[in-house]
Amino acid sequence: MYTFGIDIGSTSSKAVILKDGKEIIAHQVISLGTGTIGPKEAKEQVFKEASISPEEISYTIVTGYGRMKCDYADEQISELSCHAKGIHYLLPTVRTVIDIGGQDAKALRIDDKGRLIQFQMNDKCAAGTGRFLDVMAKILNVDINDLGPLSEKSNHPASISNTCTVFAESEVISKLSSDIPLEDIAAGIHESVAKRVAGMALRIGKTPDVAMSGGVALNIGVVHAMEREMECPVLVHPLCQSAGAIGAAILAWEKFTKEKVR
Amino acid sequence: MIENGTTQVNAAAAPAQKPKRPKPKSMQMLNEQTTALFENARLAKERGEKVGWSASIFPQEIAETLRLNVLYPENHSAGIAARHQADPFLQECEGPLGYSNDLCAYAKVNLAYASVLNNESEVELPDGGKMVKPDFLLLTNNICNQLTKWYENLAYQMNIPIFFIDTCYNPCDYVTETRVRYVRAQIDQLIKDLCAFTGKTWDDKHFKEVMKISQRNSYLWERANNLMDHKPAPLSGFELFNYMSAMVCNRGKTSSTAVLEQLNQEIEEHIKEGNSTYPVKEEYRISWDGIACWPYLRHNLHTLKQYGINMVASSYGKAWAIEYEDLDGMARAYCFASTNGDNATTMISRRMEALKKFDCEGTIYHVNRSCKVMDCQMMEVQRQISAQAGIPFTSFDGDQADYRNYSEAQFETRIQGLVEVMKQNKEAKMNG
Repeated sequence: MYTFGIDIGSTSSKAVILKDGKEIIAHQVISLGTGTIGPKEAKEQVFKEASISPEEISYTIVTGYGRMKCDYADEQISELSCHAKGIHYLLPTVRTVIDIGGQDAKALRIDDKGRLIQFQMNDKCAAGTGRFLDVMAKILNVDINDLGPLSEKSNHPASISNTCTVFAESEVISKLSSDIPLEDIAAGIHESVAKRVAGMALRIGKTPDVAMSGGVALNIGVVHAMEREMECPVLVHPLCQSAGAIGAAILAWEKFTKEKVR
Repeated sequence: MIENGTTQVNAAAAPAQKPKRPKPKSMQMLNEQTTALFENARLAKERGEKVGWSASIFPQEIAETLRLNVLYPENHSAGIAARHQADPFLQECEGPLGYSNDLCAYAKVNLAYASVLNNESEVELPDGGKMVKPDFLLLTNNICNQLTKWYENLAYQMNIPIFFIDTCYNPCDYVTETRVRYVRAQIDQLIKDLCAFTGKTWDDKHFKEVMKISQRNSYLWERANNLMDHKPAPLSGFELFNYMSAMVCNRGKTSSTAVLEQLNQEIEEHIKEGNSTYPVKEEYRISWDGIACWPYLRHNLHTLKQYGINMVASSYGKAWAIEYEDLDGMARAYCFASTNGDNATTMISRRMEALKKFDCEGTIYHVNRSCKVMDCQMMEVQRQISAQAGIPFTSFDGDQADYRNYSEAQFETRIQGLVEVMKQNKEAKMNG
């Protein structure tokens, strides 16, 4: 029995097909989010990879910022519950999840079954989100995927004091014009994000284990900065970017089997 | 900039509107009362009598006893915001008038409105200027310290006096007699000064009559709020916000008694018939912390309705259920009359009682960009209440009157997350 989970974010679309609620048989990440062809491509490619047809899917759950716009799913669930479930599947010992998405950041406390107990989200400002990193990578003229490894070379992270994305942009430009090395600026940017997110995450405590979820977790510079700010190890799974979609597919399986029992 | 809700839509493409539910009699009476409040102020002004503006938690009975016509800027700004008319006032205040964007948006709207009345600005007044220009200001600092600077500016701008009671922040869980004497002495002086300024005479007998009415109204208001403990709650919780003007602006008037008696009667009928004005099945009962997000009240309600969430308890509305019988009692009550003047222990115990009484399954905190004092305590209140009551919460960024400080998508995600936790809790409870 197959279930389908799709996470339509603001900057990327992630799709997962799950067999019997346990085995990921296909997963795809497309770097285009809601309002683009990203969700359609993610769906098409994941079915191609799984070599099954959409008719073989028993239940579909959509999550993410663009969840309201998806018309074929059986149900839509918030990304909060989906990331909780997804990370529990990938890293069962985790009780605190930090997810930095394209335009929001959230901290989740979960139980031993991957259920959401409590959560905190960022305020209306874009500081401490994936969008902040996108903007900064563009100014540094560095590919977003290279920002993490670049910052790891730094021995003297630059101080980025502004939390406002627009002001931080000016601050970074001024550091560039002062010939501060790129790796130090990149490390400063990661520290700035980590400070902002850790400040929010610590409101719900840091019950171990702590993990990061979402695409930003692939940035090793942010993960290390988060570890310093949280003063604890932060786990990251290679499939962290797909955690929301995995959670959606698991919840789809749980819903379907529950309905069947009834 | 286009405010939410003002975008033009193609009439042919718009879906047929549902017929509106007729307004209950109590609401019609309330609307008449509000119209009368502004009209009486206008007529008084025409007669050459002095008209005042007052802070929302000022002892209304003083003005009532002196038969003074008084209007309420906070209430008026909330109305402008709720009708999506705030934008030109916010722009005027932050632009030509030179005020900071970080000010309370009630203040921003009102300072710009006052500037128009003072012939210093040319913003078109959407209500035709029904908030007539004041001759004096009535002020307490129990609800907000920014009010003092806001009113100071109004007083300077229009060259009018402020009659002020310093109620002090209250660090204790009780009110000391020294504080009561301090506030009482100010009330006595204020009455003398106000009489001298307006030419009115204080009549103790009339004050006693006003107090009787006021106490009856406080009782009726609290009773209406308390009846929300029935299941399902007899009203859609946000509706109670609409009746607040009966307490804020008209607490000492018999017209409020009539409105609130009618409201109580309507609530009792709903309870008797087991129905509610809440338009869908009540699946979840929550408490609301903070001032209403007036510019997006409709969006808030619409989102909550999708999940069957009814707001059955609020820390906001009940702030006006103040009990006192005489001037000493008034002094004592106003030392304790607002959340922002109380310490955290008092605030938390009041909220814990409400969560229990109304059987709430979650709390929504409005992180109100306009009210930094409220936000200052909110995070700790959230943490302690969640730990003590064992119920989930969520918070969202918004504003009581500035429509620019809100994101619909963020609100929707947070509410959905809260529902998912409440649902789990409910299922766990049902499964033992």
